[in-house]
Amino acid sequence: MSVAERTDPLLGIDLARAPESAKDFKGKVNPDWCKGCGDFGVLNSLQRALFELELKPHEILAVSGIGCSSNLPGYLNAYGMHTLHGRSLPFATGAKLGNHELTVIATGGDGDGYGIGGNHLMHTARRNLNLTYLVMNNQIYGLTTGQISPTSRPEMKTKSTPFGNLEYPINPITSAIMNGATYVARGYSADPKHLVELIKGGIQHQGFSLIDVFSPCVTFNHDNDFAFFKPRIKKLEDEGHDTQDWKAACEKAMAWGDEIYIGLFITNDRPSLDSMEMVLQDGPPLARRELGLSKEQGKKLIGRMM
Amino acid sequence: MSVNGLDFTIGIGGAAGQGIATPGNILARMFGRRGLHLYAYNAYQSIIRGGHILLSIRIRDQEVHSHGDGIDMLLCLNQDTMDRHLNILKPGSWVIYNADKVEPGELPEGVLACPMPVGELAEGSKNKLIQNTISLGVMMSVLGADFGVLQEALEQAFGRKGAAVVEENVKMARAGYDHAAANFESFPTPLPEGEKPLAMWTGNSALAMGGAAAGVKFYCAYPMSPSTGVLHWFANHAHELGIMVRQVEDEIGVANMAIGAAHSGCRAMCATSGGGFALMTEAIGAASMMEIPVVYINVMRAGPSTGVPTKTEQGDLWQALGASQGDFERFIVAPVNCLDAYNTVPEIFNLVDKAQCPGIIISDLLISEGTFNVDPDLVDLQPEINRGDFLVDPSPNGTYLRYKDTESGISPRVVPGYEGFVHTVATDEHDEDGVIISDEFTHPHKRRKSVEKRARKFQGVVADVPAPSLEGPADAEVTLLGWGSTYGVIKEAIEILAEQGVVANQLPIKWIAPLHGDVVEDILSSAKKVILVENNHSGQFARYLRSETGYSPDGHIRKYDGEPFMPHHVVEGVLELMKTEESIYVPYQEIIV
Ligand SMILES: Cc1ncc(C[n+]2csc(CCOP(=O)(O)OP(=O)(O)O)c2C)c(N)n1
Ligand code: SF4
Ligand SMILES: [Mg+2]
Repeated sequence: MSVAERTDPLLGIDLARAPESAKDFKGKVNPDWCKGCGDFGVLNSLQRALFELELKPHEILAVSGIGCSSNLPGYLNAYGMHTLHGRSLPFATGAKLGNHELTVIATGGDGDGYGIGGNHLMHTARRNLNLTYLVMNNQIYGLTTGQISPTSRPEMKTKSTPFGNLEYPINPITSAIMNGATYVARGYSADPKHLVELIKGGIQHQGFSLIDVFSPCVTFNHDNDFAFFKPRIKKLEDEGHDTQDWKAACEKAMAWGDEIYIGLFITNDRPSLDSMEMVLQDGPPLARRELGLSKEQGKKLIGRMM
Repeated sequence: MSVNGLDFTIGIGGAAGQGIATPGNILARMFGRRGLHLYAYNAYQSIIRGGHILLSIRIRDQEVHSHGDGIDMLLCLNQDTMDRHLNILKPGSWVIYNADKVEPGELPEGVLACPMPVGELAEGSKNKLIQNTISLGVMMSVLGADFGVLQEALEQAFGRKGAAVVEENVKMARAGYDHAAANFESFPTPLPEGEKPLAMWTGNSALAMGGAAAGVKFYCAYPMSPSTGVLHWFANHAHELGIMVRQVEDEIGVANMAIGAAHSGCRAMCATSGGGFALMTEAIGAASMMEIPVVYINVMRAGPSTGVPTKTEQGDLWQALGASQGDFERFIVAPVNCLDAYNTVPEIFNLVDKAQCPGIIISDLLISEGTFNVDPDLVDLQPEINRGDFLVDPSPNGTYLRYKDTESGISPRVVPGYEGFVHTVATDEHDEDGVIISDEFTHPHKRRKSVEKRARKFQGVVADVPAPSLEGPADAEVTLLGWGSTYGVIKEAIEILAEQGVVANQLPIKWIAPLHGDVVEDILSSAKKVILVENNHSGQFARYLRSETGYSPDGHIRKYDGEPFMPHHVVEGVLELMKTEESIYVPYQEIIV
């Protein structure tokens, strides 16, 4: 297909040239998130990371589920897929396998990824396809106006738990480690510089990366707001954490008191699914291959049926 | 043997674990190579060992459309088979059994007993499955076939296991063959030969191969009977044909992963049965909203719920019709037989690519797990592939609009990876540019425009779907109406009715949506008497037909005991409904498995 060089009238950017600043990754519409929502910091960090990695918008596919956080692809100048609640990972997996040349980034919320989509996360982690998954973890259901999520703290009072949450929260970091994810990190939306590096690392990592980001919901979660996190956040790098040591990683990930750690918990170089899958070894992405059976292939198939 | 030439059904009965599949397969291949037509139906249960299995293999020297009306040669691999089925054998049929282990019981008149002294013939072989091979020899001898044919088939079947295994099997088959030749009465005329060798496949392999021929590059599934054969075929051919095949964590993942792959530009497909299909439904609506073509296969088994995993039914019609919330357009098709299942896959892919929407294929256990012969020249290995408005330069004059509101409703499609066409697709309602309108931007006029656009593109493709047409004499006394897999059994029932002086014809329905209701209504309202045959209890198609056309058939033949119709079930139903005021006939299933 021939694609003329031209300018996107909405964005005023020349689409065929390399982005000149992180702003070139701004999408067609401005975010409709509440003022002060943690998700702004995540979006900005993602845009900067993409820019710093010198990616072009058309090389990227951002796939999300449903939730406030899942609106992100619409705010990004890249190919986007705003899918069903909880299903970003299967969509992203299919798209990546169909065209493994794309940089595929899944985004969403804690309800989306750890609740309704929890089963997919477990299996996507062990599948280790080269995807990056950014979860804006606000420990609440934002879009549905404030109910507990799988990461809400015990006893938390929300619209669905007026007498307090009786259930124990999931720990996405230890879960992902146990399920075989090969890059597991935690970021904080109020520390974009640090988050940019984690995202860049995740995208460059050959395999599945989970980046769980504390991204406070200023409207519905008054327990885990910026004031809660600010004094507690500590960086793993400052503690000399060894990212090959999964036991230490789990211990650090469990800390939830005066100290809460962000940074890269573990990484390892177990081969990614796409690097092992025979069908992807030669030729262009599946999506660009010739369709149907060759005469030779057809003859063989019939031969075996005789 | 019927007067019309060869028409013969072999029944092999035993328990799971007794290795029925191997002699079944060897027989099927042998008949195929001889150019005989075959329709094999396996009645089995959802266990790995034990239970009761009855594999019926019907062969004819002309096309065969059903598993027939009875058994002409029963091979009993255990006592249970003898006890259950001896009573249905008619005079002139054979019963073959291991004389060391199985008591024949009281033979009905005219049934020829062929006891095999397995211990003696096997000369102390420890191989528990050896009685299967011996009995193949016996059957071939009784059928009057050359031993060489069987030897060749055994060499093919066991070749991979080494010369010693081949040798043992050939020896045992020979022993059975010679024993039968010396002791049992065989066919008056030897087994005929057809014009040319025929190929063999199952409905599931036909669906899978149809997908490969249509250009499917991504197949994923979660195992569920009776659809798993599609997964197995794709898995076996993945490397050879360059197809990405994945077993996924659940059917929700399957359905969405297929859309992801389709969005990247691949032709993508997945198959399941009703339970898995229930989990897929939210995704089907998503494919419609995002305008991504994907094909979903539901191979029906008897429900509801886990139901009867290994039994057939046409019970998921309304599930397919109601698959996913919302008001949207999709194709639904029920192939009428195995070859049609193969052809249907490229057909529906061309349609869903053109209309950029989901498509659903409804198969059932009868077609999917049945084994059939096909003339290899009838298998179109290079079917037409038409991807519609896909990757054609979509906007010479400005910004690319993924959901451009065109006259046809079809918006030229570009997929991720192409420079200058960046856009977001969304399951939320969106405008032409993909920007969602469902939150604070909602605008009733935009919503209406989007709904109408999606409906319009489907309407434009309706004409590409062939309308159903009558088969058989126009001035029939009775018109039999059916959908999907009942096609073959109705066709044979009509032949039998003709022999009995009743002129009948058939209106087979393959495309459920769009239905071409006006054509169907025209045909039916000028018929003398219409009887609808369907494999369910409540008359699902009857309700659908009424909802689409207002038409109600005069009579109904329904079966919902898990077993498929046999031709005589339909014949008896027609005769009964022609003489009584009753409107529903439910046949009695005499073969109990
Ligand atoms: C199948 C399904 N169930 C429920 C919903 C309603 N729903 C939309 S978003 C959401 C939860 C959002 O929470 P989270 O994923 O944490 O995202 P946040 O809004 O907090 O960013 C729910 C329950 C839905 N859209 N689909
Ligand atoms: S409700 Fe919470 S999560 Fe949603 S946009 Fe507002 S602050 Fe952000
Ligand atoms: Mg949340």
